[in-house]
Amino acid sequence: MHRVFAPVPAGVYPANATPAYRSSAKRAPQQPLVAIPHTPSEICGPRFNRVMARGALHDLTRPSGAEGEALGQRIIVQGRVTDEHGRPERQTLIEVWQANAAGRYLHDGDRHDAPLDPNFSGAGAVVTDDDGCYQFLTIEPGIYPWGNHYNAWRPKHIHFSLFGSAWATRLVTQMYFPADPTLSLDPIFMGIDDRSTRERLVSCFDPEQSVPDHALAYRFDIVLRGALEIPWEQGA
Amino acid sequence: MSGLTPSQTVGPFFSIGLNWPTGWRVAMDHNAGPRITLRGRVFDGDGVPVPDALIEIWQADGEGRYHAERELGFCGTGRCAVDEQGVFRFETRKPGRVPLPDGRLQAPHINLLVLARGLLQHLYTRVYFTADAATHDDDAVLACVPPARRATLLAQPVGDEQVFDIHLQGGHETVFFAL
Repeated sequence: MHRVFAPVPAGVYPANATPAYRSSAKRAPQQPLVAIPHTPSEICGPRFNRVMARGALHDLTRPSGAEGEALGQRIIVQGRVTDEHGRPERQTLIEVWQANAAGRYLHDGDRHDAPLDPNFSGAGAVVTDDDGCYQFLTIEPGIYPWGNHYNAWRPKHIHFSLFGSAWATRLVTQMYFPADPTLSLDPIFMGIDDRSTRERLVSCFDPEQSVPDHALAYRFDIVLRGALEIPWEQGA
Repeated sequence: MSGLTPSQTVGPFFSIGLNWPTGWRVAMDHNAGPRITLRGRVFDGDGVPVPDALIEIWQADGEGRYHAERELGFCGTGRCAVDEQGVFRFETRKPGRVPLPDGRLQAPHINLLVLARGLLQHLYTRVYFTADAATHDDDAVLACVPPARRATLLAQPVGDEQVFDIHLQGGHETVFFAL
């Protein structure tokens, strides 16, 4: 028996050729993707957990070396990472990055004239526990303008990068916030055609996990591709 | 219906969160096998270098074995943000032939992932080597690629480096895979 991953159903991943997203015009491949069998190269993958767990950064609001605390609405972001069959993704690395509360990234390429926050880098890294759960403390990122089209604004979001158990399970995505009025105007979010599919990227306000006098909580569960066991002939 | 979490672009500011300063150094001095430098540039549809792409690689060791844990020696994992000229570079070892479950051997290859602003989902491809041409006809993955496009998956030896340029679009568009 051999592990394979079912194809990602059409429409779950936004098409790279999404004309409303201007940066895709010269970068989206124009040839169809070539389907390949899942060999051992695709069904195993890098594991960064041991190395990265040592450098885990769960609290983005008090960066090491900074004198104070990041400005903004403190939030707890937590959730569970499973595969599509409901099995927890244990000890898998999650890397996150985001803009500060004013909507500015700590990056030379960010020309938005909102202030930088000396107490906020916007970078974090956590590893899921044995039940697939993760949690970090940060501040709510701001909405910021970008050059995609006239008067374009990116919704509040946190970038997520995950590895899962295999090369085939790699995922880079963005977590959004509920009731953000700019979501329906954003070509990156709206690049996912189906409403219920794209709403998987919208976190839920979670009052039960909010900590009194300290932080609001948002829940963002993540589902990665899950392996099936089949005879190799079918996989080849 | 699948509940898979959709993909989104890595955006232009990924270096904040995905910075791995030594990610280009896949092999340590004590690792066995022939040393190779894998170098390349990423180009857009106008042939202009892409200055804000992130390249990740995953490969077997010289014996064709994968090692997930970095601390057990050769990890086979690399990550490199391209520079302003779209250039990436990895110091690694030549991979061996990875067996399929039925015992047939794959041609030596490095699995490679392209992430960039403008790409709403990352792109999978593989790097093969011209020196292994005799093994290419029997490779289960190359067999899926139209023969006229296979050359886009071949690194070219230049001096002591293997050069693998990536064309996101155009007449030399690199073959990307649906996994």
